[in-house]
Amino acid sequence: MSYNPLLVAPMREEMTQMGARELTTAADVDAALGDPKGTTLVFVNSVCGCAAGNARPALSVALRHPARPDEVVTVFAGQDLDATARARQFFSDYQPSSPSIALLKDGEVVHFVHRHQIEGRSPQAVAADLTAAFDKYCGATV
Amino acid sequence: MAGHVFHPGHEALHGVTVVVTGQTGASYVGRYHEQVERGVVMHDVAVHDGGSGMSLDDWLARQHKFGIKVEHKQLIVPAAEVAGIRRFAAAPD
Repeated sequence: MSYNPLLVAPMREEMTQMGARELTTAADVDAALGDPKGTTLVFVNSVCGCAAGNARPALSVALRHPARPDEVVTVFAGQDLDATARARQFFSDYQPSSPSIALLKDGEVVHFVHRHQIEGRSPQAVAADLTAAFDKYCGATV
Repeated sequence: MAGHVFHPGHEALHGVTVVVTGQTGASYVGRYHEQVERGVVMHDVAVHDGGSGMSLDDWLARQHKFGIKVEHKQLIVPAAEVAGIRRFAAAPD
């Protein structure tokens, strides 16, 4: 089911304002993830007001950390269906959930945050998990 | 988390992924919807009944790491079967 574009527009803007690049087609996803070099974070966005409502601010906080992924991209589950399905093929060992966050390094999933690891937690707590992964896999930027 | 209502206007666990332990020894992991007279209504549910040959702890750890392998889009765990409910996030890694 696709949602009213007007409803999801603020959720898209929240992502782009923090520097994430929107991938709205399968071709976009292939272009972004098909050449696996460096670190890429894929945020699977969702309309869920509670889980995604925590996940987006969590990512925004985490992206202010000195170590961060080379690329941050986002697909919108329930909205950009083809793009989301294609993105999930790049982390197909992991069951689909939304919101969710995949951190890939040279094409391999090195960290994954499922919806159940976001539910009921503060953005700061989720951000702390993310920044720990950034420190481990992304290295400090100077 | 005590006192935190994840989805305002609903039960505290509404929308939260939980583990329901069953009197029969089965365990059910999925998103809690509500508890009604018939039982616990859940969405996107995986069930451990020993049939996989994997211990419950190993099975939960796998669901935790790789996500819930949904077997039922919706499931009502009968009230007589429900022995306990806890948040999945509190399950062992």
